[in-house]
Amino acid sequence: MPVEQAPSRRMRGFMAHLRYNGFNVGPAETGDALALLGLLERPDEAATRFGLRTMLCGNREQWDRFDDLFDSYWHGHGLRTKQPARFADGNTQPKRPTLWDKVLPPLDGDASAAASTTTASAAAPIGRDTDEDAQSGSGRLVASDETKLRRTDLRTLHQPDAVAEAERVAETLARAMRYRLNRRRRPHFRGPVVDLRRTIRRNMHRGGDPLDLVRRRAPDRPVNIVVLLDVSGSMKFYSRYFLLFVRGLLSRWLRADAYLFHTRLARVTDVLREQDPLKALDRLSLMTQGFGGGTHIARSLRLFNERYAKQAIDSRTVVIVMSDGYDTDPPEALATELARLKKRARRLVWLNPLLGWKDYEPVARGMAAAMPHIDHFAAAHTLDALAALEDELARL
Amino acid sequence: MQDYQDLQQQLANAGYIAEDSLAMALALARTMKRPLLLEGEAGVGKTEIAKVLAAILDTRLIRLQCYEGLDAGTTLYEWNYQRQLLAIKAHEKDDASAEQIEKQIFSEAYLLRRPLLEAISQDTPPVLLIDEIDRADEEFEAFLLEILSDFQITIPELGTIAATSVPHVVLTSNGTRTLSDALRRRCLYNYVDYPDEAKELAILRAHQPDGDADLLGHVVRFVQALRKEDLEKTPGIAETLDWAAALIGMDFKRLDSDPQALQASLICLLKTERDQKAVAPEVTRRLLGKVA
Repeated sequence: MPVEQAPSRRMRGFMAHLRYNGFNVGPAETGDALALLGLLERPDEAATRFGLRTMLCGNREQWDRFDDLFDSYWHGHGLRTKQPARFADGNTQPKRPTLWDKVLPPLDGDASAAASTTTASAAAPIGRDTDEDAQSGSGRLVASDETKLRRTDLRTLHQPDAVAEAERVAETLARAMRYRLNRRRRPHFRGPVVDLRRTIRRNMHRGGDPLDLVRRRAPDRPVNIVVLLDVSGSMKFYSRYFLLFVRGLLSRWLRADAYLFHTRLARVTDVLREQDPLKALDRLSLMTQGFGGGTHIARSLRLFNERYAKQAIDSRTVVIVMSDGYDTDPPEALATELARLKKRARRLVWLNPLLGWKDYEPVARGMAAAMPHIDHFAAAHTLDALAALEDELARL
Repeated sequence: MQDYQDLQQQLANAGYIAEDSLAMALALARTMKRPLLLEGEAGVGKTEIAKVLAAILDTRLIRLQCYEGLDAGTTLYEWNYQRQLLAIKAHEKDDASAEQIEKQIFSEAYLLRRPLLEAISQDTPPVLLIDEIDRADEEFEAFLLEILSDFQITIPELGTIAATSVPHVVLTSNGTRTLSDALRRRCLYNYVDYPDEAKELAILRAHQPDGDADLLGHVVRFVQALRKEDLEKTPGIAETLDWAAALIGMDFKRLDSDPQALQASLICLLKTERDQKAVAPEVTRRLLGKVA
């Protein structure tokens, strides 16, 4: 082992390697790790491996990946593998997802994107209009801007200003939704609102003089939200907005959980809760590097069902899947996993951006197989469509 | 620092078969005096580790079972109110001043020690098992973090009680809730997985030394095959042990000698209705085919 020669420098390199792969380790851990080498009776490879693993891992994903990372650093001469061998499929090809580039696709990159979709050509004019209106600036005009923005297919929004506006709307809607959920009131002895019907009933024997007031307030019944977001290539025009939408949900919602999937599944709740959006997106892109091509919806759902569902889902949970349903796994597998998911969750909502397209029918084989298990199938190509979710959630 | 393989041997002598990585984690936790966080499915023997550790260190095991709504009062200390009231009544006739009485009733004799206070005020370091930490609220987690870093507790009426010895802390979690990063960073971590065939057989042998070797081997292979099935609640080691004990109690010589009784005995392994339906007699036969 190379540890003997320049232990501290190599160890620092290993820490950087781990950090680069999403581990939460800092200088303190580097110190601990070096101290560990000194502590070991026989610092052979096995002992070092076990020791570092127990010291540096913080959860099961890290625990599972540690061996690969350890090998790649100490045996692969510092090669930074982003993609552990077990995720290597025939159809994966490491590439960096483009969806959370800090500004949406730069204009030259847009050219190819625009060529691939027919409606994207409308993008520039709409964006420009928005800018002009905003500059003329009365409150009323801004409001009408918002309406327009909310009806524009998210795919066609490329101007940075328009993007910022869309983020804001998504976040507002997400927050508005949280408050809508709690509109039911229950009697409560110190509630803020007087329940007139019960008060009168209670005071009948006094001839109707309201002496005893009955109050009520919103009961403490939190709704749980779990979002599974598809970030595959076919979704790249939408994923960014969905991500912002999910972030809006998470920021104020105590019991919300978010997962990204593509060729594998990752839990991103803690990352998205990060206050600084740019920092959050940075960390996200680090976490999801190594997601390859193709979309394994069924396999990702299966992992979710097996590993996370038990803790993430209870009988008051709404599960929202955001995906276009183009799956490289067999459709039967998707149906099976959705059925399992459906059994645990209160409501299963599938948001499909393609549904907003003219004449779209859910004929993608995966989507067709999924239909029977979905409670609510909705378009999510505009902010209005996202806002419509509010009613769906309020019906819980 | 103790070599982990020595510790592994010690654990084995005490009847616990530990993976290499787990033995290492325990050795490290002892040396570095850091809490050890064990995660894993129910029934893989997380709680057992703390018990065995206490046995081989020849020290007390203090257990704190977490549940929702657990608070400082039930984990740290409580005043013995009944005795305090009695003492006040009893001293009414004496001419003791209010201060004297107060001093008396707020002394250690009237203090009920709860697990955390108990754990830090022992002469020899005990093993403190904080079981199913994921069931407690997040507030409790933060509070626990504070205790685990300082190992001292402040009681307003008595002052600060510092630890006489630092306990060996073992935390377990079933993953019903994700724990905070702060707690994870503070602890050493070990994911306890279902054991492989050889390990599970060794565990079973340790518990059933008189059992027929062939039968035990088949039992382990059957359970290993069963874990690969699509079940709601995968059977843990505890279930394997139960089942083996049941089969031995039912005088089984071979697994396939009495299919009906075997099917009935599966209730030791399958704990939900769906699982019991999923493992129909045909499935059992298929699994038996793999075993034999």
